[in-house]
Amino acid sequence: MYLNQFLLLAAFLFCVGVYGVLARKNGVLVLMSVELILNAVNVNLVAFGAFHNTVVGQVFALFVIAIAAAEVGVGLAIVLLIYRNKQSIDLSEVDLMKG
Amino acid sequence: MGGLLLAAAGFKAPNLDYAALSPEIVLTGVLVFVLLIDLVVDETHKYLVTQLAGVGVLVSIIPVIALAVDGADRSMFGGAYVVDNFALVFKGLFLAIGYVVLLMSTRYIEEGDYYEGEYSFLLLSSILGMVVMSSARDLITIFVALELLSIPAYMLAGWRKRDLKSNEAALKYYLLGVLASAVMLYGMSLVFGATGSTVLSEIGRQVAGAVGDQPLVTLGIFLIVVGFAFKVSAVPFHFWAPDTYEGAPTPVTAFLSVASKTGGFVALMQLIFVGFFGREEVWGPLFWVLAALTMTVGNLVALRQTNIVRMLAYSSVAQAGYILVPFAVSGDSPAAAGTAQTAMIVYLIIYAAMNLGAFSIIMAVARKTRSGEIASYGGLFNYAPGLTVLMTVFMFSLAGIPPLGGWFAKLLIFQSALDAGTPTAVLLAVIAGVNSVIALFYYASIAKEMWMKPVPDEDRSPIGVPAPLAAALGLTALAVVVIGVYPQAVARLGDLAHLASR
Repeated sequence: MYLNQFLLLAAFLFCVGVYGVLARKNGVLVLMSVELILNAVNVNLVAFGAFHNTVVGQVFALFVIAIAAAEVGVGLAIVLLIYRNKQSIDLSEVDLMKG
Repeated sequence: MGGLLLAAAGFKAPNLDYAALSPEIVLTGVLVFVLLIDLVVDETHKYLVTQLAGVGVLVSIIPVIALAVDGADRSMFGGAYVVDNFALVFKGLFLAIGYVVLLMSTRYIEEGDYYEGEYSFLLLSSILGMVVMSSARDLITIFVALELLSIPAYMLAGWRKRDLKSNEAALKYYLLGVLASAVMLYGMSLVFGATGSTVLSEIGRQVAGAVGDQPLVTLGIFLIVVGFAFKVSAVPFHFWAPDTYEGAPTPVTAFLSVASKTGGFVALMQLIFVGFFGREEVWGPLFWVLAALTMTVGNLVALRQTNIVRMLAYSSVAQAGYILVPFAVSGDSPAAAGTAQTAMIVYLIIYAAMNLGAFSIIMAVARKTRSGEIASYGGLFNYAPGLTVLMTVFMFSLAGIPPLGGWFAKLLIFQSALDAGTPTAVLLAVIAGVNSVIALFYYASIAKEMWMKPVPDEDRSPIGVPAPLAAALGLTALAVVVIGVYPQAVARLGDLAHLASR
């Protein structure tokens, strides 16, 4: 089996995800970009698990999938809260405080 | 299907050591109980739920003490979950922090008309995540514990639902927290790929050997450290911290700046000292740069803040920088690793006491002035002498002036850097020394405001401090003063709680 193809796919997904988180202004799209990074992780874990001939990689991937679902649930709730109060999910408008 | 059942019948359950898990079991029981009780208690008696949660946290400390008296190291699931002195010290610390934060929150959440029962439940869940984190010696366990402590914290930061600032605090904390854990996970997947194991002790064995030289491991360690740098708000990954701290409800800010940060450091210590100790040349310089930047930027920006919560936010960024110093020098020699661990454990304990105390004072004063501006502290001594004295104690402790707890913590940090003895370590100690002097300016400016300035609006009516908040103040002040006068006790604790680094 060629491990490299999976690693390259994961690296590409990771980069797309990080770019999306940094560049996108729409709250929901930012959440989707985070999902892309987490899926890059899953591809990595399953590929490495198969490479080492162990089930640990798949178990780790299952944990990541389950917890990512919980995380996005909270994230969507926060975005919804902001939509209720501001009628917008444009993240660049959420700037009451300046770091 | 038949085959599956057959396979299931042959399943041998792993050996569970219920005694080792007892703090987690009790705490889980308490948080489920709190959620159920919240259902049946009517709106006017919700404070009972918070009190119940407080008692529950205290009860969970009992098994921790029992395990500490027993003293045996317990290890489960092939070394993935370890209960040793390190774990017990931090379990105790997290439960104590949880109790103080619950004391601080009691009246605040009630008077703000926020959801009280769910607040206690989420706070307890987050504490459970930290308690699990203290024992986690496996990549999967660390990840699950990290999310268990973070996800409730995202919700707590946005607890004031109608307040746009609180919304913004939650959003910024959530986005950067999720990005950080995703980056950290990517690093973990690479480390798993290089070693084929998720148990830290096994990773440690392999990383110290031939596998350690692979670039895969280098990149993995780098990404994991960067992920946790977000969590502990190290510069340049600190941008969320001041905004989140300002917008979140004040007791939640205290919780985030103390407990959540300590959780990140506990995970980092386990990863570095158990897992990655063999690759000092990767993480040593990384921590050196993070520590120097975090101390300097945190202190310089704190100098020009006019809001006290923002000032304390940058001060806690700077304090994270001091705690990173022992990390940077710990790889120089095995002896340095020992002193570095003691320094970090002691610093985290003392930092928890003094920072929680400072936030309690802010909450007490804000009950009267309804403001977070430093100018509103003018002439505090004239109408609240007790609070003024305590605030001065906490500020000077944070600045590191003897005989208060903070000086001993700082002393150990300098000692760890000088023990390592290399030129870079000594340079870092010098940077930390210069920073302590800079920090004295803004901590002392608060004291000057309280003792010497006139009262801004000539309103000298006294401040009523509710009993739970007064208890929180008393506990933290006692800890700061006792540790400052008798530091050997915590130092001994720090010496006993070393992780075995390979």
